[in-house]
Amino acid sequence: MPSLKDLKNKIASVKNTRKITKAMQMVSAAKLRRAQDAAEAARPYAERMTAVMGGLAASVGQSASAPRLLAGTGSDQVHLLVVMTSERGLCGGFNSTIVRLARARANELLGAGKTVKILTVGKKGREQLRRDYAAYMIGHVDMGDVKRVGYINAQTIARDVLARFETGECDVVTIFYNRFQSVIAQIPTALQVIPAKFEASGVSALYDYEPSEEGILADLLPRSIATQIFTALLENGASEQGARMSAMDNATRNAGEMITKYTTIYNRSRQAAITKELIEIISGAEAL
Amino acid sequence: MAGTLQFDLVSPERRLASVVATEVQIPGADGDLTAMEGHSPTITTLRPGVLKVVSAEGTKSFVVTGGFAEISADSVSVLAERAIPVEELTPVLMDQLIADASEATAIGVEKDVADKVMADLVAMRTAAGF
Repeated sequence: MPSLKDLKNKIASVKNTRKITKAMQMVSAAKLRRAQDAAEAARPYAERMTAVMGGLAASVGQSASAPRLLAGTGSDQVHLLVVMTSERGLCGGFNSTIVRLARARANELLGAGKTVKILTVGKKGREQLRRDYAAYMIGHVDMGDVKRVGYINAQTIARDVLARFETGECDVVTIFYNRFQSVIAQIPTALQVIPAKFEASGVSALYDYEPSEEGILADLLPRSIATQIFTALLENGASEQGARMSAMDNATRNAGEMITKYTTIYNRSRQAAITKELIEIISGAEAL
Repeated sequence: MAGTLQFDLVSPERRLASVVATEVQIPGADGDLTAMEGHSPTITTLRPGVLKVVSAEGTKSFVVTGGFAEISADSVSVLAERAIPVEELTPVLMDQLIADASEATAIGVEKDVADKVMADLVAMRTAAGF
């Protein structure tokens, strides 16, 4: 039976925890708003880009002169997995779900006798993957001092990935991130960026191309990859905040329940102590 | 009275402009072109340069570095990697753009291409009035 003092301390400590989780939840809610706005603002560009690429890829994609970024290197031996996670913890299963998906893919590829290389973005994913896949990790992009994800960050990653592709370090590039659906649902997603896959839209066959279709395609493919990475980063950012918000909401609720429970125990023991003292006094008085 | 077309300028991070314009002057990769209502559908890549939009509210200029423009009979969408309204451009920002570009072209691009980009940027700087 804990003493009254212990119980009191415990309640005070849980109350403090609740304050912190509540504050974190509210901060995440604000950040989520901003992340969602950013994702929203980036959408027109990404959509237009995909539409144009779809049309171009449909008309050029089949020909032998198609760029390697679209057609691939002709082999799928070396896979590069770009795993995007958060820099901070306390966001529920956010990082684990991405890592689990990446791990499943890595094991599947390794089982099929392929070579796997892993590039991590965000330190939480690196920490989790390092345990089993340290030998396959070829790089890490630190986002620790990035306050707001900008296109420039995506470009840096894209440049790194493209350089590795150009030098023949990898044949297939897949990015892993969490797609934001709602505050309570984030969908871990694997998206193959190289060789690029586009849904054919068919409408753009009417367009004149300047310089040439091939020229435009060669110019736009790297940009489109950067755009895809940027979209993934933004989705990931929104998902992270959403996951943290719901995790902190749960934590706040749990702390509330705990406080109620301990307060009940505290009151009961206090009353028991008072009753005990009263009995002592009364029986002492009667004895006189 | 000339017809109008819908003009949209978007960068990866946000939509910069969406206005009804009468003509749009685009720094295309193969040379400048002006899009007006009824232009044949065209997709062109951009070189670094100044993009001008003429609308009922007057003329607006943007400095763009790379990207592409999608022109159809009644609309122009410009997807620029970076676009800055000329009023917001400062010499410092301009220098930074050039520095970024030289860094980007330092790796992998053939010398001709890199030289062209640099020349375009310097020309753009003059055009923007610095």
